[in-house]
Amino acid sequence: MGLLTGGSVIAGVGITQALQNDDPKATGEKVKVLTADGKLIEVDSSLVAHPAEGKLKEFSVREGIAGKKFVMVIDLAKCANARKCVEGCQKMHNMLPPLEWIKVKKMQDADLTAPYWMPQPCFHCDNPPCTKVCPVDATFKRTDGIVAVDNDRCIGCKFCMAACPYSARTFNFGRPQQQEFYEEHKEDKDKCHSANRAMTEGTVSKCDFCPEHAAEGVLPSCVTDCPNGTILFGDEMEDTVTNGTDTYRLKELLEKRAAYRQFEELGTKPRVYYLPPVKREFPFEDATEAINTEE
Amino acid sequence: MFGLNKSIFPEVKETYTQEEYMTMKDDLFRPVQKIGRWGWIWIFFLSAICLAGVYAYYLQETESKYVTISLRDYTMWGVYISNFVFFVALSLIGVLMSAVLKFTNFEWYRPLSRMAEIIAVASIMLAGVSIVVAMGRPDRLHYLFLYGRIQSPIVWDVIVIMTYCVTSILFMLLPLIPTIATSKYHLKNKPKWQMKMYELLSFGWVGSPEQWKLLKRSMRILTILLIPLGVSIHTVTAWLFATTLRSEWDSSNFGAYFVSGAFLLGTAAIIVAVFAFRKAYSLQKYLTEKHFDFLGKTLVFMSLIYLYFNINEYLVPAYKMSGLHANHLLDMFVGDEAPFYWSVVFFGILMPAILPLFPKMRKPLPLTILAITVVIAAWFKRYLIVIPGLMHPYMPIQDVPESWKHYFPSLIEMTIVAATFAAMLLIVTVFSRLFPIISVWEVAEGNLKKNNNGEEDEND
Repeated sequence: MGLLTGGSVIAGVGITQALQNDDPKATGEKVKVLTADGKLIEVDSSLVAHPAEGKLKEFSVREGIAGKKFVMVIDLAKCANARKCVEGCQKMHNMLPPLEWIKVKKMQDADLTAPYWMPQPCFHCDNPPCTKVCPVDATFKRTDGIVAVDNDRCIGCKFCMAACPYSARTFNFGRPQQQEFYEEHKEDKDKCHSANRAMTEGTVSKCDFCPEHAAEGVLPSCVTDCPNGTILFGDEMEDTVTNGTDTYRLKELLEKRAAYRQFEELGTKPRVYYLPPVKREFPFEDATEAINTEE
Repeated sequence: MFGLNKSIFPEVKETYTQEEYMTMKDDLFRPVQKIGRWGWIWIFFLSAICLAGVYAYYLQETESKYVTISLRDYTMWGVYISNFVFFVALSLIGVLMSAVLKFTNFEWYRPLSRMAEIIAVASIMLAGVSIVVAMGRPDRLHYLFLYGRIQSPIVWDVIVIMTYCVTSILFMLLPLIPTIATSKYHLKNKPKWQMKMYELLSFGWVGSPEQWKLLKRSMRILTILLIPLGVSIHTVTAWLFATTLRSEWDSSNFGAYFVSGAFLLGTAAIIVAVFAFRKAYSLQKYLTEKHFDFLGKTLVFMSLIYLYFNINEYLVPAYKMSGLHANHLLDMFVGDEAPFYWSVVFFGILMPAILPLFPKMRKPLPLTILAITVVIAAWFKRYLIVIPGLMHPYMPIQDVPESWKHYFPSLIEMTIVAATFAAMLLIVTVFSRLFPIISVWEVAEGNLKKNNNGEEDEND
């Protein structure tokens, strides 16, 4: 699984640093790490450096990851509206409902066609209508395909939100519970650190494809938290997408399953593909309770 | 075309008696010379609303916006933006009433031009204020200059609005210079700072033929400049909507639709202003029933043009009723917004297109009542363009709290909007208490021209 891969990277970096460091201040707190030859050992937490710390300090939201073109494929035949992608994303980014960067929509194209559930993140369009209109270059297209937001730059005009035909963007109006929750959790480890910037009051944020994790080869939590493997994430350059369990050739999958993109006619060229909900793994069950009713 | 280029003062003595000129000067300077009790009450009343607005803005910026304003992710633009569009539209009054009429030699513009210009300047400033109020991070306003991208319609808007604002101020200030020079000698018992201000702003005006020549020349350039600038500010404002991928704003008609609406609003607003100044400052001699007659006819003309663009904007997509437009249009025509939408069409477009056709309706009072309803309908028209437009995105709105699905401005938002109106009226009022609201020399020049021609200019 993607998270495990991430975990071993953590341990690897940690031990190397421990060996190089002669006199670390012991904290007394023990952590378990996996060595290169597969043994589980317990060391003082001071010996383990946080994996990405070095890289995260260098991380710039404005720079794409070289040689990558991130892409997502969502298999509608597998979505049963478990909403684990939504919850995983909220946890990863210190968000409380009703704030959602990925939504699960109930869709029905015509009266006689079957309804289906549709997970909807930001589509990271290749011809993004949102970045076009930004007056200060606070939202932009990166070389790795990600449409990112620089929350230190955003002036909060919300023009990008008006421009996005998919309503993928959300604005931080400073909901008190949300801001408190974020303040409590902003130091948490293993969270997507872009969230720290995204929670800037008075600015726009949205699904960012978890670029820090992507740089480390870790899958976004919407992918890993889905119990049905509905969402696949990968790199167009490598022609590979994975949901953590199964890995596919991107082109082959798109061809075989007759993939489509939402509102192709708008010319936005999304980087998120949908596989039509045919031969479903679950019968469609309507949601029994209303979601996010609380203000 | 520009027969007014001669210096006028030598001729005034011949055809226009000094006595007549002095009476007019007295009449027009009276509101500046003495501010009555009601004058002060009005000024304090407006200031109080402005202060309430400042306090509301303070609350909005210091407390959570989620609590103080009712904007949410789907309706992230609310009354602040529709109010901004309204003020940009209102500022076109300057283009219409002074530039267009002056340029086309419609003589009746003379007593209206300064009034129109100060309303235009005040509105364009408050349009700017409305935008800053709507911003999530007003502390980063200077980023527009540090990191501005010319590709963004917002940057176009900032550029044209600032240019228009400066041009309008110049256009207002230039013909004011001779008046200020007169104020210096005419006004008595005024505080020192005020006399000092007249001294400074008269820029050493002595009324020499060269100065008149320079003034007329600069004004002619500004008149020509102001027309395309005014059209562009409102067109670019329309593009803020039309450049997005939202079906309800996806219209090639949008620029013209906005500009024509602005001209209708401008005509209605000047009727209200003329009526108010005429009554409050007893200017019946200068703002005559003839003005109401002309303005009533202009109102019909502007309403018909606006009606034409409205038919293009709504009925053509409605005929096709494509899936993209259906939600939005049906909501307007027969849905939740229908009472609201049809009232705006009725009061804002149909009534002003029909009623002033009857001469009785072009009398001051009935026409002003009609104009007030047009101004109110025009404000709600902008509301109907901005907010329901946001409520019908391509993707369905699901799994959100009730307050995210319906927008109703909060008390803080309404207070701030009310304050922008009060501030606009306050600027116009204070201006009219410092300078005569009717340009003395322009009216004198008009009379002179009339006397010289020996006939009245009847333009309608």
